[in-house]
Amino acid sequence: MTHLRKPWWRDRIVGGSLATLAMLLLLSGVVGFVWLPSAQNDARFKGILDAICGAAGIPRGWLADAVPPLPTPRHVSTVVLTPDTLSHDAPGSIGRGGTLALKCTMCHGLRGVSTSETPSLAGQQSASIYKQLRDYQTGARSSAVMEPLVKDLSDQDLKDLAMFYGSLPREPARDLGNAPDIVAFGSPTRNIAACGSCHGGMTSKLGAPWLDAQPRAYLRTQLLAFSHGTRRNDTSAQMRNVAANMTPQEIEQAVEYYGSGR
Amino acid sequence: MIFNKRLVLAHFWLAFIAFGAAILLGEWQMFIRSPLHGWLRNADLYYRSVTAHGTVMGYVFPTLVAMGFGYAVSELSLGRSLIGPRWAWAGFILIVIGSVVASVPIAMGLDSVLYTFYPPMIGHASYYLGVVLVVVGSWIWVALMGVNMYAWKKANPGKPVPLPMFATVAGAFLWGWTAVGAAAELLFQILPVALGFSSTINAGLARVLFSWTLHAIVYFWLMPAYIAFYTIVPRAIGGRLYSDTMGRVAFVLFLVFSMPIGIHHLFADPQVGSGFKFLHSVFTAMVSVPTLLTVFTICASVEIASRLRGGKGAFGWVKALPWGNPQMLALALSFVMLGFGGAGGLINMSYQLNSTIHNTQWVTAHFHLIFAGAIVIMYFAIAYDLWPQLTGRAMTDLRLIRTQLWLWFIGMIVLTFPWHYAGLLGVPRRMAYYDYSGPNGHTEAITVIMSVVGGAILVISAALFITVLVRNHRGRTADVAPYTFSRAIHEPKSVHWALNGLGLWVGLMIALTVTNYAFPIWQLIKLHEAQVPAVYVGGDR
Repeated sequence: MTHLRKPWWRDRIVGGSLATLAMLLLLSGVVGFVWLPSAQNDARFKGILDAICGAAGIPRGWLADAVPPLPTPRHVSTVVLTPDTLSHDAPGSIGRGGTLALKCTMCHGLRGVSTSETPSLAGQQSASIYKQLRDYQTGARSSAVMEPLVKDLSDQDLKDLAMFYGSLPREPARDLGNAPDIVAFGSPTRNIAACGSCHGGMTSKLGAPWLDAQPRAYLRTQLLAFSHGTRRNDTSAQMRNVAANMTPQEIEQAVEYYGSGR
Repeated sequence: MIFNKRLVLAHFWLAFIAFGAAILLGEWQMFIRSPLHGWLRNADLYYRSVTAHGTVMGYVFPTLVAMGFGYAVSELSLGRSLIGPRWAWAGFILIVIGSVVASVPIAMGLDSVLYTFYPPMIGHASYYLGVVLVVVGSWIWVALMGVNMYAWKKANPGKPVPLPMFATVAGAFLWGWTAVGAAAELLFQILPVALGFSSTINAGLARVLFSWTLHAIVYFWLMPAYIAFYTIVPRAIGGRLYSDTMGRVAFVLFLVFSMPIGIHHLFADPQVGSGFKFLHSVFTAMVSVPTLLTVFTICASVEIASRLRGGKGAFGWVKALPWGNPQMLALALSFVMLGFGGAGGLINMSYQLNSTIHNTQWVTAHFHLIFAGAIVIMYFAIAYDLWPQLTGRAMTDLRLIRTQLWLWFIGMIVLTFPWHYAGLLGVPRRMAYYDYSGPNGHTEAITVIMSVVGGAILVISAALFITVLVRNHRGRTADVAPYTFSRAIHEPKSVHWALNGLGLWVGLMIALTVTNYAFPIWQLIKLHEAQVPAVYVGGDR
């Protein structure tokens, strides 16, 4: 059977469906974009247009005319690490870094493997090395030895050094099977993430250096410096928070685990 | 009859084998996170497992079931051989390749990003490409379902499209459109970063695009179950479908209301405006309309069956229902789980109440109860109903089937009820290990241990399910009666054109996607500050 069809827009079912949906859309739109936002007692959202724009999610500044934050009396890290930080290195970067690194061999070893209590740099993440060098330069991290050594180096010099050390072979990270709990699990209730979730073993994160086979004395000094707040170039205070919540035993366990390759 | 039996069987078997493997991962996750096991020393193993479990159970398994069932429905309800079987096989092979390409890097630990991708985390490109292949394979099915329905309509002008086919095509079109969100996220945002063309990603936009897929996909999973409610159960228990029209209305309403609601997954996301969150909340509530229509219609349909069997009284008819019939049992158990799951869902979709349970174990419990419970139990029922048609052998293990269904129901309740409670206590989801030494730890510990037991019951039930199917392949050949779908009390002679095709409703689905999604997407595309550096996973460790 063929029945004569009215044009679709004049059909009862179609018209009814469209009208119902349009009503629903309109009603919830009025409630969600006008009524509810207007009911919020927010000094910055007055008027219908303001309410609609706010509810639509258009970004706007709450603090535009507030007092700007006070400058801090200390040097803070200015390095912003992104996956691109060292990816646009100039050709020959590693070679130039190798030449510059002749100044570093006394403490950090001929090929980046330290035999003293300074950290080994061979195979270290380039981004981490670069960040620390920049922080020494700006005074965000202090060291009587390192600061004068990097003072006159250019930004490209620092990148070259980082690329050179990053290109050397590193001690492979160990499986976490025998790691102490603080390294493998951290402590969830005390807001301590597992060391291995950033520093290798489980996964690695940009800017978090490998810790395997670093000197015990160096690891201990740095953890204590973070926990006392005397080292503060971890941009979001993540290491200060972690170290401050670690017990002395946990610090020793972590030091022993990562330093045991020495 | 089913003309392409091998095609349908291939889809179902691959689905059920993948399901059988992934359920073991699920139970392992539950166990190692419980107090029965010490903390997992390498947490990445847990995230690999969650990624694999979610990818298989969320993408591969239901897609294959919907496809296999769709091909069967097309041939059985239209009474003709499928148009384009070669294309169908090509789609199947794409899904096989995609599954392998996605699962190998997951097992190697290169893609522990979870099946929701979680940008700005970026893993190895292979996983994303595998998921894309699975989606492309399923789009072939979407096209074939449309082609088969419209070819039949052309050959049978004025006749109503059989309800099972109408509903299957509604489900296919829903999936075709809803998969566009995740596909756009993968192709334009995640893959360029994974392949090294960019190192930043607009994480907020990626999340909005994923929400486009994330909720409607649930209704795509749901469609085969609803088709079974309307077109298999009433016939299997000797009754009649109360209303054919109600079925059509329910399916087109799902088509319209499944899409413009996904932002209720983003209530805690700052990059989406509160107005759109409220709008999506309202439209989510509208999904209850086709659900309640279905519950009413199906209850009326089984009441008819009962009264035909001599059931009497206002409630006495419930006793006279054929409870020994696996389809009746599956339906009842499914409805109970749908009821509880739906009630929990009302909390999730409410803009305010959501904040109490956001990202807690409640959410995981909710979608297990709805999907793994109410929906998957109907997948079992569909397989039990179709298997004799596919193998030419009678289904004789009715006792075993009933045991299997009951175990699935009991297991799912024991798994998810304590799980919801753990969420109310504030236990977050997707944690490789959990510290039970906190003030509420003993209560949390008990609920998680109960869930481990529930999971074990589910594993047993899944094993029984596979056993029943395998035993059927080895059973005696029998003369299997021709397959029929439910007949309505008033069988449709002619149907209004709007309910005999899907053009209008697909149009509305797209229109509502535009009203509810266009502005947030456009605004985030323009917001360049929203680009954030990628966080690569699966690199050196």
